[in-house]
Formats: sequence, C-alpha cells, structure tokens
Amino acid sequence: MIGEGVQSTNQRRHNYVQENVEVGFFTDPTVCIGCKACEVACKEWNEVPEDGFTWSGNSYDNTGHLGASTWRHVLFLEQDQQKGQQIVGSLGDGRDPFRWVFLSDVCKHCEEAGCLEACPTGSIVRTEVGSVLVQDDVCNGCGYCVVSCPFGVIDRRPEPLPDAGGAFKCTFCYDRQKSGLVPACAKVCPTESIVFGRLDDLRARASQRVQQLKQNGYDDAQLYDPLETSVRGIHAFFLLLGGPEAYGLPPKPQVPTIYLKSAWSSAIATAVAAFIAVLCAFAFL
Amino acid sequence: MCMTDEQRLDQLREQAWDKGVVDGRGVDVAGGPIPRKAGYYGKPVVKPPVWTWEIPVYFFVGGLSGMSAVIAVIGLIFQQGDVARTAMWLAAIGAILSPILLIMDLGRPSLFLNMLRVFKYQSPMSVGAWILFVFGGCAAPGLIALELHAHQTFAGGFDQFLQVIAFLLILGSAFWGMFLATYTGVLLGATAIPAWFLHRTLLPIHFGVASLGSAVALLELLGHRIVPLAALGFLTAGIQTLLWIWLEIDKHGAADRALHEKGSGWLIRAGEILLGPLALILGVANLVPLAAISFLLGALISRFGWAWAGKVCARDPEAVFASQR
Repeated sequence: MIGEGVQSTNQRRHNYVQENVEVGFFTDPTVCIGCKACEVACKEWNEVPEDGFTWSGNSYDNTGHLGASTWRHVLFLEQDQQKGQQIVGSLGDGRDPFRWVFLSDVCKHCEEAGCLEACPTGSIVRTEVGSVLVQDDVCNGCGYCVVSCPFGVIDRRPEPLPDAGGAFKCTFCYDRQKSGLVPACAKVCPTESIVFGRLDDLRARASQRVQQLKQNGYDDAQLYDPLETSVRGIHAFFLLLGGPEAYGLPPKPQVPTIYLKSAWSSAIATAVAAFIAVLCAFAFL
Repeated sequence: MCMTDEQRLDQLREQAWDKGVVDGRGVDVAGGPIPRKAGYYGKPVVKPPVWTWEIPVYFFVGGLSGMSAVIAVIGLIFQQGDVARTAMWLAAIGAILSPILLIMDLGRPSLFLNMLRVFKYQSPMSVGAWILFVFGGCAAPGLIALELHAHQTFAGGFDQFLQVIAFLLILGSAFWGMFLATYTGVLLGATAIPAWFLHRTLLPIHFGVASLGSAVALLELLGHRIVPLAALGFLTAGIQTLLWIWLEIDKHGAADRALHEKGSGWLIRAGEILLGPLALILGVANLVPLAAISFLLGALISRFGWAWAGKVCARDPEAVFASQR
C-alpha cells in the first residue's frame, strides 16, 4: 500500500469536530508530483460540476484558478534562474537553471475571513474545527463575498451548472470531518504534499520543513502564512519556493473589514453635511 | 556593433569554419518579444465582481430617492409643500425600484428575504439591506399619508393625525435616505479590490453628493425652479469638480490604473466632467434643464464607470501586488 511504513496523519480517523480542535492543511510543493489526484478527489467526493475543458497552454495547468466549481487547483510553475541576460544553457555550477514547481492551491480558511465578514445572510459560518463553510441552502447569491476574499477563492456559480447562483468554495470536507474522516484531497495525496492535521502540529511541522529545505540548499524556501497582516494567519498554509507573487498569491493580504472605519466615517460625514446643506439652502435662500 | 546583417552572417560563417563552434549569445529571450505576464500566468489574484448593470443603476436610483427624502422633509419644515410632495414621490418610487433592481441581480432571487435573516454591522451589504428596508418602510407609507393629507381625504382630527404621521414617516425616510445615498460608497470601499478600497474615503462623498445633486436636478427638470434647489445644484456640481480633481491627483500607479486608463478610466472621467465642470458651466449660463440633464447623466455614467473599473482592476494581478507593496 502507498505510504506503508511512513507515519501518516492523513489516513487516521479523528474526532476533531466533536472535540473542537482547530485543524488545517499544510501543502508542500517540494514533494508534490503534479498528479492532480486532489482535484479529482475533490470534484468526485463533493459532486462539483464539470465547468469546461479548455486548453490553457500554461504548462500542465488546464484548471486555471480556484472558483465556484474548482476547490482544489494544482499550479504548475515553470521558473528559470537567469545567468546574465540568458535564460537558456547550463549555469556551470552543476545547478539546474530550470525549476518546475507544483502546488495544490485551496481555500485558505482565514483566521479573519473576508467572505465570512461580508456575508449578509449568515450563510457563511465558522465551524467547530475553525474552517469557513458556506451553507448552500441559505446563500442567496448576492456576490459580496466574491469581492471580499483577498485571495480570489470564492465565486458565484454561473448558469447552467447545477445549483447555479450560489457562492461556492472548499468546504474543508466538513461532512467527512464530522464522520471522523480526513478531507478527500489529503486522503488521496500519494506523497502527502497535502497534509491534514491539527493546526498547531502542522505549523510546527511546516517551520521544521522550511529549515530542513534551507539546509539542503533551497535558499528561497519560505512559509506562506500571513500572520502579521489583518488576515491573522490562514488555516490552509503553504510552503513556497520563491515569492508568493509567482503563485498568484497576494504578498500582504488584508481582510476588507479594516477599511470599514474610514469608509463609514466618510459616509456619515457626507450624510450629515448633505442634510445641513439642504437645511441651510431652504432656511436662508 | 556597427556592421550590416550580411557582414554579421559572414563573420559567423568564418568563426564556425575556424573554431567549429559559435559563441554568440543568440536571441535574448528575456528581452525578447514574448511578454512575461505578472503573477501566475497573468491570472487574477482577486475575483472580479459578478454584479451586472442592475447594481450601478441601483446606486443611481437608490441614492437619488434617498436624498429626495431629505429634500422632502426639509421642504415640509420650510413650508415648501409642492417641492416636498414631488420629492416624496421620487423617494417612494425609488424605494420600490431599488429592491427590485437588487433582487434581479441576486444569483437566487427567490431567497431575497434571507437578506433580513440576520443583521451584521461588519457587512456593508447587510447594513445596506436593512437601511433600504427601513427607508422603504418609511417612504412608501409616508407618501400615502402625505397625499391623503394634501387631498384633505379625511376631516378634522384624523387629518391632523395624518399630518403628524406623514411628517414622522418622512423624517424617518430622510434619516435613512441620507445613509442609503452614501453607504454604497462603503459597499465598494470595504472590498479586496484595490481600485475601490484605495478610494474608500472619496467614494461615499462622491456617491452622496452625486445623489443629492441628482435629486435636485430631477426636481428642477420636473419644474421646481426655486432658489434653494438652484443653490444646491451649484454646490453639488462644484463639489463634484473638486472630487474630480482629487481623483486625478490621488493616483496609486498600477494599483488603481483602471480608474484612470482605457475604457473604464475614460468612462469615470466622462461622468466626472458631466457631473462637475459641465453642469457648473451650463448652470452659470442659466441653461438649467441642460445642466440638470448633464448632472443626471454624469451621476449614472460615473456609477457604471466605478463598477467597470472594479472588474478591470480585479483582473489585473499587478494592481493587487502594487497595492500591497
């Protein structure tokens, strides 16, 4: 059996929902083989509809981006390290000038989630395990979560797909977790590039992995977990080789609620000023 | 290197013959004709809004009706019954049209009542839905009470009671109306889209002043040529001119270039010119109907411009990166 003899947290049953334990995903591109089993497992388990077969021409990635009908997305980065003005040919020091990086992207399940804050119906909730869940039967498809996600994850599903009109994203396989099962993507990942587990364990494991990679010469290995911004950390975090921009990840994501104070101050001041202006116009003219 | 292409080819041939290898660098791919896209194959980092034409039209209609209610209550206080009645009609019609527009834009219109399932102060969409609901609840019965009183439908004590009720309802609609006209700026300003959140202070002012000016312009077009409305027309057009200058100065490079460049940028600019300088010049030239039409057109166009710019900006990964550097 795959992974036999390796200590795995992905195949174990758990009681995290019952015990209110915060869980997470740690996704490590250095062991990802780009098989897309996570994409397939996610679609099959969650019965996410097929949303078109297109040829992107972008490496092996024909999925494109996360969206209403794509909850796991494997990125294929073709990176080159330049020597002078050239980008082809040997570097001369035995290093490979090319780098092909695979990373399985997913909803980040933010500590301060923009979609959850923005949802006017209360359809989006925080679960016992700290994940962010859209209750499909409550969502009326207003689309405000779509513009409130700093990572561009959640989207409204267009016609004529099944359940069109509602907002969809990764559920963190809440249904499976309630039954003590591991999310489908982590369950099928053959190299455990996607690791599911307790959030605190994973954070420790991730920083350990970064250290290990740096010792092995991957100088640009870093953890993507924006703890210092208003998002205050994400529950599905990533190890990256190089900067987040190349992965289409925002370098300093902010939860839009931080803009409320200045925007509302301006709105209230304008409203009051308009009232006074009309009052003066009718009183004195 | 000063040699013709033919000389260069001769040189390469000689070198190849002599050494068996050519050490030239060839085509420089990094500086070559294939542009490198920003981010991950140029894919958007944030999602563009899914909203269609109903939303900018709602910004226009809702704002206009909200500020009409303000004019109505102040008109009542200062014995301008005619203006107050017309303004209240505008407020009530807008209060009915606005939810229709919003429901049309929902992905699942049949679930529109879920908007009133909870109240979330941290969600401008939730706060706005409640403002619109309470505004409509005041404006529509307020107009009915006002008309019943104006037509002297009932006699004596009940008519006096109606007058008081009408005033209270219209006062309520004016209170919520002024927020109906400005919260839409917060709705756009508190999002992850750089072109919007970078201008979260300007947006409520822009939308609020455009709303007040639109209400004034429509009342003038409907024949209410009174000094207070004329003065408010000049004031709003003047402020819009200043806001236009503010927007042209307050540029954030790649982060908000959708507001300044190409189609969306020019649509916003066209809207601002119609709202500000053009309405002002036409007003000074005493061409009141033209000034009013210019302002109304500008108010509608600039709302479409801001909605479009949000979509353009969201599709531009450079905009998101630039806003976070």
